[in-house]
Amino acid sequence: MLELKNIDKYYNVGTVNEMCLFNDFNFTVNDGEFVSVVGSNGSGKTSMLNLICGSTYVDGGQIIMNGEDITNKKEFLRYNDIGRVYQNPSMGTCPDMTILENMALADNKAKSYGLSLGINKKRIEYYKEQLSTLNLGLEDKLHIKVGVLSGGQRQAMALLMATMTDIKFLILDEHTAALDPKTADLIMKITDDVVREKHLTTVMVTHNLRYAVEYGSRLIMMNQGHIVMDKGGDEKANLNVDDILDVFNKISIECGN
Amino acid sequence: MGILIGVLEQGLIYGIMALGVYITYKILDFPDLTTDGSFPAGAAITAVLLTKGINPYLSLLISFISGMVIGALTGIIHVKFKVRDLLSGIIMMTALYSINLRIAGKANVPLFSQNTVFDNSFVNSIFPQSLVLYKTVIIALILTLITKFILDAYLNTKSGFLLRAVGNNETLVTTLAKDTGLVKILGLAIANGLVAMSGSIMCQQQRFFDISMGTGTVVIGLANVIIGTNVFKNVSAVKATTAVLFGAVVYKACVAFAISRGLSATDMKFITAFLFLVILVITMDRKKKVKKNA
Repeated sequence: MLELKNIDKYYNVGTVNEMCLFNDFNFTVNDGEFVSVVGSNGSGKTSMLNLICGSTYVDGGQIIMNGEDITNKKEFLRYNDIGRVYQNPSMGTCPDMTILENMALADNKAKSYGLSLGINKKRIEYYKEQLSTLNLGLEDKLHIKVGVLSGGQRQAMALLMATMTDIKFLILDEHTAALDPKTADLIMKITDDVVREKHLTTVMVTHNLRYAVEYGSRLIMMNQGHIVMDKGGDEKANLNVDDILDVFNKISIECGN
Repeated sequence: MGILIGVLEQGLIYGIMALGVYITYKILDFPDLTTDGSFPAGAAITAVLLTKGINPYLSLLISFISGMVIGALTGIIHVKFKVRDLLSGIIMMTALYSINLRIAGKANVPLFSQNTVFDNSFVNSIFPQSLVLYKTVIIALILTLITKFILDAYLNTKSGFLLRAVGNNETLVTTLAKDTGLVKILGLAIANGLVAMSGSIMCQQQRFFDISMGTGTVVIGLANVIIGTNVFKNVSAVKATTAVLFGAVVYKACVAFAISRGLSATDMKFITAFLFLVILVITMDRKKKVKKNA
């Protein structure tokens, strides 16, 4: 379970641009939930993910992960339990290293990186098996550098690498936004499979309302640091894109956009 | 022939320093000016140790470890105190000038009859008379190759993978639940360890320590790395470390050529800087011109 309790977050403190993004913000994700987060630019979606992962710290309130207060825990330590995929496909892989080296690197996550051989030969078959689930033919290109792959292929690898080890939470930060529609569909499908298979508690930020409706067990909409819509269970299952679009437009008019 | 051997000797010894610069510049993407201080630091330590009669091979190890400490300090200044990369190196380089003088006791320490890695009773007994002329170059080659193979092996370990990943994509290393700062400090430590060991070998080959011997080291190292990695850019069979050593020898040959054309040894630093500029300009990626009607 992931709880954000009474979160305050200010930006540009002490300047004329000082801005309060979150004021007494509360959000709870239950175990096994797959939450889609939608909202306009600047509504605080990515900022919320950054607070969860520790890329930025809160100015007030508490973040609790599985009962542990992680409010002041360092970013890299939080990733012991979290996998994260970014919008930019190049953020999740090492371009100058081969596919095999990237897989080996990710496979060792949260363990010690000592002086044993970087690639464990016994695991190569396993990597191939994992790569073949992507259906992109990457299992036959183990020794080419990831930098020459297309954005979609790299994002598929990034997703695989982020979910390879024993994580509990998966954070997806507009991870299909930089891809063409067909590749985006493929990545979403793979995401859904992996989330189900590993029972990951997932928070996915997306601008694609269709994905937000089709995938996941709960949908929230954010606006100016508040949750303005929160649908789960049957309510979520009966939602369609137009319903969300209506709410979206209504908020925009209220805000004068 | 004499020039050729001289080029090989010095090229190979500088090659070890270039391997260190390769780690910082190419792998970590960190322009590390500490090099200008850690190279003579290795030499100063060696000069003192040899005058005290310490085993010359042990002096290599001690120089390496001292270099690691120096590199780690640069890393700590950069990572923990958040000083910019170039400035961290400049701070260390400046401080090391005085420290090197303290270690050596004076600006110039000659080594007369002391044992060195090139000249000791063991080495002298195994080299036949016919090979005496090539003794130094053969030992330099062996030392350089051993260093290269150990570095290659290290870069293929899990720790080595992480080091390469930090230079490639810091975000990924963070999401692997590892502290990128610590990895950088480790990388700088290994790099400066190699640089200091190279300084130690150079001191033993030249048979003197001089406080100014470090000036321009980083420029030489960068030139070596850039020559090597560019020549073999499209040859995947050649490891980057091999390419760097090749670059070091080629670079030394260019300098020797310039001097043989009438420039004096005092012009050395100018040649160093000028060659580096030429290499930078030649190897810069330029956009190909687009033809208008293509």
